[in-house]
Amino acid sequence: MANLLTILRLLRPFLKQLLLSLLLGVLTIGSGIALMMTSAWLISTAALQLGITSLGLAPTAVRFFGLSRAVFRYLERLVSHDVTFRLLARLRVWFYERLEPLSLVQLQAFRSGDLMGRVVSDIDELQNFYLRLVNPPLVALVITIGMGIGMAFFDGPTALVLVGFMLAAGTILPLFTWWSGQQAGSQVVATRSRLNTHLVDTVQGLADSLAFGHQRQQAVLLHSAGSDLATWERRLGRLDSLQGGLSLLLVNLAAVSVLWVAIGRVDGVLLAAVTLGSIAAFEAITPLALAGQHLGKETAAAGRVLEIVENVPAIPEPIRPVSPPANNFVLAMAGVTFRYGPGERPVLVDFSLTVPQGGCVLITGESGVGKSSLINVLLRLAPIEAGRITVGGVDLNRLPHEELVSLFGVMTQRTHLFNTTVLENIRIGRKSASQADVVAAAQAAQIHEFVQSLPQGYDTYVGEGGALLSGGERQRLALARMLLKEAPIWLLDEITANLDPITAVKVMEAVLAAGSGRTLLVMTHRTELVDREQFDQTISLTNMPDQAA
Amino acid sequence: MDKRLIGEARLARFAFGATVGLSLLGGLLIVGQALLLSRIISRAFVAGAERSELTGLFVGLLLLVGLRALNQIGIQLTADSVAIRVKQALRRRLVAHLLKLGPAYTREGRSGELALTATDGIEALDSYFRDYLPTLFTFLLVPLVILLFVLPVDLLTFGVLLVTAPLIPIFMVLIGQMAGTLAQNRYAQLGQLSAHFLDVMQGLTTLKLFNRSRAQIQIIARITDQYRQSTLAVLRVAFLSAFVLELVAMISIAVVAVEVGLRLLYGRILFEQALFLLVLAPDFYQPLRQLGARFHAGQDGVAAAKRIYAILNHPLPDAAGPVTVPDFTEIRFEAVSVAFAAGERVALHPLSLTIKRGEHLALVGTTGSGKSTVANLLLRFVEPDNGRILLVNKDSNPATSIPLNKVDTNAWRAAIGWVPQQGYLFNVSVADNIRLGREAAGDAEIEAAAQAANADQFIGQLPQGYNTIVGENGTRLSGGQAQRLALARALIRRPEIYLFDEATASLDGNNERIILENLRTLTAGATVITIAHRLAAVRRADRIVVLDNGRIVESGSHAELIDRRGAYFELLQYGEI
Repeated sequence: MANLLTILRLLRPFLKQLLLSLLLGVLTIGSGIALMMTSAWLISTAALQLGITSLGLAPTAVRFFGLSRAVFRYLERLVSHDVTFRLLARLRVWFYERLEPLSLVQLQAFRSGDLMGRVVSDIDELQNFYLRLVNPPLVALVITIGMGIGMAFFDGPTALVLVGFMLAAGTILPLFTWWSGQQAGSQVVATRSRLNTHLVDTVQGLADSLAFGHQRQQAVLLHSAGSDLATWERRLGRLDSLQGGLSLLLVNLAAVSVLWVAIGRVDGVLLAAVTLGSIAAFEAITPLALAGQHLGKETAAAGRVLEIVENVPAIPEPIRPVSPPANNFVLAMAGVTFRYGPGERPVLVDFSLTVPQGGCVLITGESGVGKSSLINVLLRLAPIEAGRITVGGVDLNRLPHEELVSLFGVMTQRTHLFNTTVLENIRIGRKSASQADVVAAAQAAQIHEFVQSLPQGYDTYVGEGGALLSGGERQRLALARMLLKEAPIWLLDEITANLDPITAVKVMEAVLAAGSGRTLLVMTHRTELVDREQFDQTISLTNMPDQAA
Repeated sequence: MDKRLIGEARLARFAFGATVGLSLLGGLLIVGQALLLSRIISRAFVAGAERSELTGLFVGLLLLVGLRALNQIGIQLTADSVAIRVKQALRRRLVAHLLKLGPAYTREGRSGELALTATDGIEALDSYFRDYLPTLFTFLLVPLVILLFVLPVDLLTFGVLLVTAPLIPIFMVLIGQMAGTLAQNRYAQLGQLSAHFLDVMQGLTTLKLFNRSRAQIQIIARITDQYRQSTLAVLRVAFLSAFVLELVAMISIAVVAVEVGLRLLYGRILFEQALFLLVLAPDFYQPLRQLGARFHAGQDGVAAAKRIYAILNHPLPDAAGPVTVPDFTEIRFEAVSVAFAAGERVALHPLSLTIKRGEHLALVGTTGSGKSTVANLLLRFVEPDNGRILLVNKDSNPATSIPLNKVDTNAWRAAIGWVPQQGYLFNVSVADNIRLGREAAGDAEIEAAAQAANADQFIGQLPQGYNTIVGENGTRLSGGQAQRLALARALIRRPEIYLFDEATASLDGNNERIILENLRTLTAGATVITIAHRLAAVRRADRIVVLDNGRIVESGSHAELIDRRGAYFELLQYGEI
């Protein structure tokens, strides 16, 4: 509930539009009630055969209310949806603003697909927050009060009966759907997600299933999950249909009760108007059942969004920042200890390393010994527990993150390419780079000729995740990108891990040639592919946690 | 409406029939309730009857009110039952069909789309059967019943309803199209939004490393705003058509009220009849407005049905022959050729190759040389376009050579221990993933296999050891760890034929060394086919075949090929050993 209140506060800037949509909602249902009541009064009065003048403005009023109801409904939808989608756009930007400063370790707790789900599907689900959860109860409340006051002019007890039914239905219906959601709805969701996991497993692991003769067992798993789902769906269906019946029962029971009480107390000419008006008034009440249904969904969606948004960045920016080193880029790590989270095994323990400016260091070791952690630590993407890291004598913790990042060029085994053009992918290295700069970088990275052979040259789209490029081409693109950045220190982490030996050797040669004169830290487990003589220093990382133990 | 979907409902014939019958009954109950309500009011108003005189009528009315509620429950329950049964049956058929189609169908870059059809596609039918179809029946039956009862009461009102009635299907079609484009448009927009966010989320580290992540705020603000504007543009059109629909309904009610009212003035109609017509008028238009609101469920269902039947109607490959796996001395490829993408991309030019039983054969070559196609042919995931694969028995009877496609596929695959480059791990425990190799394997055997694959150490460090659930496609494990589990899975099978397709590619040197050493003893005596571009994995093979662009360019032992200084030697220049 607290989560929903947080979302509610985000609605504050839209207060005017919200009040307008509320007013329009009330006018819509009000017109519907007025249409039925005036029509009923019209035919009742006409039945007295007192001549056309006895009807007064009623024939015109009837037509007016018919028209106004449609118009108000249309306007109400426009205003409320406009506000809703503005809120969603705001929520998405806000989500990213809060996500961006989080440390890598904090982000790694979530898979990218999961984060995308939150920013797209969960925020999309929140469109029902105002449309189903906030607006309808307010409209219902105003209509109930209005009907109570209006009916009281005809007869007090009749008004009491109607308001009693409206309040009861308005409470019972949403409570019932909320309760049935708790009973069976959440189980349906959980079982469905279990079934979906099996289905995805079956489709994506089809080759493995067939090769190992596992298809029968896989089918058995699916059938049992499918039967569980059907069981819960039946339960939910029973509760849902009960709600549908209850809703219809309450509307009609209210009308019958109002009529029963009104006979003899209300003027005969008004009997039909009072009865038909009561039925029309329930148009404000029945949608409340949906509010109960959505309460659980909205709470869950808001929770998932706020879980990210309410994270506090683990690594604060320095309070009194210093200026970055200008021409001395000696890298020194002293007594650095690092682990990915409290309770996790330490990856680096009391680690020290000094690299002179222009030095070229080879760091070897099996996968998982902490080579990649060096990058996270150096770039302050993850907080260290102890130790000090300096470049040119400047403590990296005292640098604003943007300045710190400018010191390092980074290439890893998996280069992320964005779904845009080759040009834009390289230009990520330096936003201000001209086309000529990009071409020069591509030439140095030995990819220029390849890019020119593409159908649209530098304007060719690389596809989702750079799917249209081979491993070697991606890495050369990454090199061009890094060259544009003009950083004094390069961190190269397993940059040839996914390449076949021939390509691997060529890429490594290109990178080392382009990087000559800079400080280079080359991390790899494929030592057979590098020429050790090219390096001033070789450091072999072993399994640190075992050392510590 | 989709005929094939309605056809599926025959599974729940009784429930489906009940939904239709109850919808019809619902129309009668509505008319009955209007009849009693107008009679009570008319008696009280026109005849000045006391409440006590009307008790009988009130009891009847209450009865009808109760019946209407029960009827509503019945419609929903029966529709539910149809939805649940159809979904379950279709899901089973879909999975069974996919399993028969095999990886050749699912692999062509559409496994994500197929998974989506099997999950969300089937679920879209839920709303179709549960919400859309009952509303459609109500829409078709209730106005009809009302018209039937209005006709004998008042011809003029009958006329008004009848004239406005054809407007219903016209606007229905219009709204349907709107709803269709609305759904498609929104879906496409949301897809773009998702794709952009996924791109940004996956590349967030990259963006940070280049100081470009803050700049994304403006880009995201722009994209979300575009999404909002285009969504609203489509919604405005949809609202407008709903507006026209509502206008027709409301104005018609007003017309009925005024038209009967004026005739009442001159005594040309009875009050009770007039009121009956007024009470019924909203009920006449109600189903139409409901159908408009549910139309998207119908559209989604039809769209999902299209995707589902596209899979179900995809022809199955020839069923496997009934022949059991014969005793063979060699597997012979006779001029086998394979092309993908309708002949566009040739994977194998006519290739002839003999694999002797018990030999260790290695296939090397660069990416795309056709090595993996050979593996897929052996597993019967791919069938030859031309040529054939024979299981030949040279010793006992030279004439017996059985084509592979005549052999029972499951029995044949049971003889193979396959380790692909990226073995798929199922979202079950580590032990169960290894047990996939041999269902009957006990814990001790599983541990032994893990040890041989050098996986026991990291498994021991997992929170629940062998009982740790690996997550969807092994998300909890690194690439190298997953590969070692896939290896253990094949080893525990103790198969006749080992098929290693880049089995040690994502392992570091140390792990690879240990595992290759273990494999030498474990696979002794079996037929081993190794596909690799890491030469450490192939140098000890009895025979090495070098493939290039779907053709064999060289073959021989490691020493012979070195002496020849050909393609293999060139590969070696860049390699290890």
